[in-house]
Amino acid sequence: MSNKRVVTATINEETAEFLCEPRQTLLEVLRDSLNLTGTKEGCSNGNCGACTVIMNGHAVVSCLVLGVEAEGAEIQTIEGVSCDGSLNEVQSAFLEGAALQCGICTPGFIMQTEALLAEKSNPTEDDIRFYLAGNLCRCTGYDKIVRAVMAAAEQRQVTTG
Amino acid sequence: MHAFDYKSPEVLAEALQQLADSDGSAKPLAGGTDLIDQMRTGRHQPTLVIDIKKVAELNVLECAGDGLHVGAATPCYRICGDDNVQQDYTALADACNIIGGVQIQSRASVGGNLCNSGPAGDSIPAMIALRGICVIAGSAGTREVPVAEFCTGPGQNVLADNELLVEIRFPPRPTASGSHYRRMIPRNEMDIAVVGVGASVTLNEAGTTITDACIGLGAVGPTPLLAARAGECLVGQTVSDATLANAVEAAKEIISPITDMRGTQEYRVHVTGVLVRRVLETAISRATGDPCVVRPGH
Repeated sequence: MSNKRVVTATINEETAEFLCEPRQTLLEVLRDSLNLTGTKEGCSNGNCGACTVIMNGHAVVSCLVLGVEAEGAEIQTIEGVSCDGSLNEVQSAFLEGAALQCGICTPGFIMQTEALLAEKSNPTEDDIRFYLAGNLCRCTGYDKIVRAVMAAAEQRQVTTG
Repeated sequence: MHAFDYKSPEVLAEALQQLADSDGSAKPLAGGTDLIDQMRTGRHQPTLVIDIKKVAELNVLECAGDGLHVGAATPCYRICGDDNVQQDYTALADACNIIGGVQIQSRASVGGNLCNSGPAGDSIPAMIALRGICVIAGSAGTREVPVAEFCTGPGQNVLADNELLVEIRFPPRPTASGSHYRRMIPRNEMDIAVVGVGASVTLNEAGTTITDACIGLGAVGPTPLLAARAGECLVGQTVSDATLANAVEAAKEIISPITDMRGTQEYRVHVTGVLVRRVLETAISRATGDPCVVRPGH
């Protein structure tokens, strides 16, 4: 059964139109149809957070969203966080703080951090560990990630005054 | 994932018609955090997925004279962020704050948690304790079923193929009442309850005697349970260790936990006792006006 339909969404502030079948997840559409391969596939069942994107202002795991549900939505992916081609505060803090090893979980962590900082500009370590609980990293042991998020929050407060 | 058709009705009657026309081969989609994974693994293979998130009645979240109305598709983040829920229906806020991680809470609904009917669904003992009533619509009209009677077995519930859970309604909260939900998991976050307990308590004006109590239990039987006698035995009693001990014993009597990778039967019986006591203590403190802010993971 091919019942492809046209879906129109705003992705990283640009209008995107794509064809998708109801059975395709948003993760599949982003990676395979739109070539936005920065969003990673980890577990595909909502446990690991590697495929986190921001949809209508809320962090979601794109493996548990159907592509057709994106109709009319505003979506931000890892490709949309840098500022004019240079790394933003969160990306820089992860890089400088060595908050990654293999890197597969990193786009998800960065998107989740963006969602956290949009909600709480000055999070405590507790806030960070709770908010990032849905993102798994098998390499770092999390401490460097938590410190990078704190550094990013501080840097962003300096930048935005 | 298998191929299926997708519809996103904006009117309740249209959704009900689509459900009735599909003869049991359709599944309603709210947040999809259970359904999409179950379709991916082949556990459910509906020919039609009806996205019910655009139906206004299913997105309600309001506190009126007749109590709190929570639309079946209302996502957890809205529920735990709501002032009325935090203030008066705190057990529900507690549960919605620990279902999955933040990403799951952006989409998952308590209606979906209920319809998935897992014995360990975190919102269900909280909704039992708050005496939630399920408002169910079907081609023949609307009926109401208490949350405590909604689930009939693991993954099974009272809904007929042509019926849709529209909302869960909670009665108004008396003054000097408090509630709490807590679960035992070996990790800090993101795990399935080994045992989950929800409780609601109302005190007399002096704050010394329990005038009403209701306790819900999760993950200790084939369905979430109403611990009726445990609640009843508290009524009319003064708040004391001995009073709580009676409720603990009454709660333990009705459970039939299994042994699995999350815990043995014996362990679950023990943890049920510990949690019933702690959850009642917190609910009682809240009934006296102490907000008892719970930090998950602590």
